[in-house]
Amino acid sequence: MSRKPYMRKLPTWWWLSQRRYTIYMIRELTCIFIGAYAVLIVIGLLRLSHGRAEYDAFLDALQSPFGMVFHLLALLFALVHTVTWFGVTPKAMPLWLGERRVPDAAIIMAHYAGWIVVSAAVVFLARVQ
Amino acid sequence: MSEATVALEVLRYRPETDEKPTFQAYTVPYRDDWVVLDALNHIKDNIDRTLSYRWSCHMAVCGSCGVMINGEPKLSCHAFLRDYYPGKLRVEPLTNFPIERDLVIVMDDFMEKLDSVKPYLIAKEDRPLSAGEHLQSPAQLEAFRPYTMCINCVLCYAACPQYGLGPDFVGPAALALAHRYNLDSRDAGRDERQEVAASNEGIWECTFVGACSQVCPKSVDPAAAIQQTKIASTADWYKALLPPWGKR
Amino acid sequence: MDAITADDVIVGAGGAGLRAAIAVCEADPNLSIALISKVYPMRSHTVAAEGGAAAVIKENDSLENHFNDTVAGGDWLCDQDAVELFISEAPNELIRMDHWGCPWSREPSGRVAVRPFGGMKVERTWFAADKTGFHMLHTLFQTSLKYPSIKRFDEFYTTDLMIEDGRCQGVTAVEIRSGQMRPFAAKAVIIATGGAGRVFPFTTNGAVCTGDGMTLAYRAGVPLKDMEFVQYHPTGLPRTGILITEGARGEGGIIVNKDGYRYLQDYGLGPPDPWPRKMAMELGPRDRLSQAFWHEQKNGKTISTPYGDVVQLDIRHLGEKKIDERLPLVRELARSYMSIDPVFEPIPVRPVVHYFMGGIHVDIDAATPVSGLFAAGECACVSINGANRLGSNSLTELLVFGGRAGRSATKYIHSGGKDVEVSVIEKQAEDAQKRIAELFQRTDGQETVSGLRKEMNDAMEAGAGIYRTEDSLNVACEMIGMLRERYASVQLEDKSNVFNTDLIQTLELGAMLDVAHALTHSALSRRESRGAHQRLDKTERDDEKYLKHTLAYHTGRGDPRIEYLDVVITKSQPGERVYGGEQT
Repeated sequence: MSRKPYMRKLPTWWWLSQRRYTIYMIRELTCIFIGAYAVLIVIGLLRLSHGRAEYDAFLDALQSPFGMVFHLLALLFALVHTVTWFGVTPKAMPLWLGERRVPDAAIIMAHYAGWIVVSAAVVFLARVQ
Repeated sequence: MSEATVALEVLRYRPETDEKPTFQAYTVPYRDDWVVLDALNHIKDNIDRTLSYRWSCHMAVCGSCGVMINGEPKLSCHAFLRDYYPGKLRVEPLTNFPIERDLVIVMDDFMEKLDSVKPYLIAKEDRPLSAGEHLQSPAQLEAFRPYTMCINCVLCYAACPQYGLGPDFVGPAALALAHRYNLDSRDAGRDERQEVAASNEGIWECTFVGACSQVCPKSVDPAAAIQQTKIASTADWYKALLPPWGKR
Repeated sequence: MDAITADDVIVGAGGAGLRAAIAVCEADPNLSIALISKVYPMRSHTVAAEGGAAAVIKENDSLENHFNDTVAGGDWLCDQDAVELFISEAPNELIRMDHWGCPWSREPSGRVAVRPFGGMKVERTWFAADKTGFHMLHTLFQTSLKYPSIKRFDEFYTTDLMIEDGRCQGVTAVEIRSGQMRPFAAKAVIIATGGAGRVFPFTTNGAVCTGDGMTLAYRAGVPLKDMEFVQYHPTGLPRTGILITEGARGEGGIIVNKDGYRYLQDYGLGPPDPWPRKMAMELGPRDRLSQAFWHEQKNGKTISTPYGDVVQLDIRHLGEKKIDERLPLVRELARSYMSIDPVFEPIPVRPVVHYFMGGIHVDIDAATPVSGLFAAGECACVSINGANRLGSNSLTELLVFGGRAGRSATKYIHSGGKDVEVSVIEKQAEDAQKRIAELFQRTDGQETVSGLRKEMNDAMEAGAGIYRTEDSLNVACEMIGMLRERYASVQLEDKSNVFNTDLIQTLELGAMLDVAHALTHSALSRRESRGAHQRLDKTERDDEKYLKHTLAYHTGRGDPRIEYLDVVITKSQPGERVYGGEQT
């Protein structure tokens, strides 16, 4: 048989070859920070359950240089995560109002609106001690 | 008086003589309304008859002529020289597929994937011809119409890193076509298609890179189709957990 | 060489081939089918058809209307018994397509919508936006996947028919990706390989339309019928020949010359208003519109461009919304290939070769004179299109006659008879293999494929274009004859086996030269003007001598032998083709 199909393998650094793939990988990486922050909150709750002293020590640790850097990065990546997530929601959930499709922009704006409302509520609750 | 020209580097592969693919350089006339396919045809007719590639309609509807141009999957009949000139064009066969010869890829895997999702209408019941056509409102048609536009050019498979990393993935076009039938008001076959579509090699292999929808020349948006199928499939799973509504 | 055996072989997997395959399965699920195509089915040129498929469906229409429109459109060269059958089976075929999932465009009521089309008194053209062929082909291909008895042989180029004992007993085909010749032994063979527009330089046709199947039958002794009738589609883009659908005119588009004047009113198609109006002006039949262009060109009224003379198709008045809804592909094509947005500017267009009314001579059951050999679709000539086809009859034709061919082949297979002699087929295949090997062994060839192809294109354009003369046809006949001789020393440059497209193009060129040969001689013999065959030296229709089909028989190296066959006239006596006028 003279056929000899040749398979080019995807290189290890395939995600550096095109901007769209690099952005995708960064988006995926954001989940590490989201996950880490979730773990942090659980640890916080655990400390809280052990009494005021331990909780205060936890809060102090958060304000260490390492803690600040982590928080900044986590916030940045959470923002990226949120913005990209909101951007793709209309694709996953097309909405129809009778005969017409709800425009993508409306769905995305609704998510931002909801986010603002929830954030405002959290800030309010946090300030009410 | 010298004519404007443009340089192409085309990946060649002759399995009977070559160990692996290598690039070959060609110079063709530059015309501002030429597409890459016109350049390839010029090469074949005037410079090198041994260059092999697929093409037919020259109007981006038959899906034959997919190639990589400077690393981006495109239809050669729809990639205009003017968008690259005076830069060089690097033309290669679509990635993630075995190369048969020069710019010709092996399509077998795609054809099997297409077949596997049962991409045909599975009607609720046998409708006699005397009953005439199904009634389908313009809105019902619009719900699935974008997903009917796929020309099977497989640019999406070339763009999809998941397909590149794991060729068992059913892939964007096949899943979009399954979705097209699932959304068709005349169809009742979603359960049958779920077996393959909602399998681990189906929608769940997708991590929403979204490159497929970006390269699709017909705006089919396979990424959207897959995410929608994920939601529908998850809803199914929950419903199945709740008797007496759950069936499975 | 081991033969592949099947009950039925189908060559060509476009609309007609796929429909035939499905028809065989539905008639008898136990029959095995080998569906052979030189490209993957989705690439077949059916995919490029745009406007729609005609069938009587609305209450204001009648089968008689469709019959009369078709027969008059064909300038009375249609076999009226075949047309009767065609128009009566058409509605069910299109309804069946809906049952198979074809996304027909709809009225608000949910029923299928229809649009006006050229030469039709009442609108009856079903459409799927402006991509009807694409949707029909994909619907047929996807539906064919339901049937396990259809075994596909994608990218196999069929080189010869195996005729033994007066019967067709199979084919030989080259597997393009390996270069291997495979014999296929079958009890019946259906040819559905489409048209041959690539014989001409400017055509809407894709690369695949090279008349391979027509030549298969022709070389096996089946006459090619009415080959002189070649349809020019009035609105193709200059240089590329890309099709701009008649649907654009059905929606109200107009055609103007360089003075912005709707010139069709000067050619018996007026008055220009009210517009749109069926059967008038831009909705006249295709032959008349293409001929009008030729006259305007002679009178210097067309617009000169680097790619030849054009006129303008103007759809601006339809508005962006309607264009995006009904003609999205037209907008996309104009923008991509001409850098023109038809919402704001008219589209430059010219007539380009589009369709072959002629083809393999078959009867009303799609059977050729050779036992066991059938043909359907554009490659065949029944004839329902006569001297000029009405737009949107062809997509319907694929379904009606593809279905009939499948059922006829099934009936033929059931009628029994002797079994296929596989060893004989294998021997014939070896001979076919030797002919290909000869091409590979030749080292002193003087001719190139691209050179001969260009000369053929130029000769056909000059000698057998929209208007012909005795002289121009004589020159064309001679030139094509010489090119056929020179073809014997064409040099293959690519001597490899794996996906050798130089080889395939060489074989396709051989097929095209035979088609061109039959065409030019048929045209020369027909000394009248009728439908798409127009002669400047014989301008009138001559029903006394030429109410007949032309039959061209292959004679090997010599010129084709031309004979004539009476047209079947039943209800409609030849009359005048009347378009334009005040009727709505």
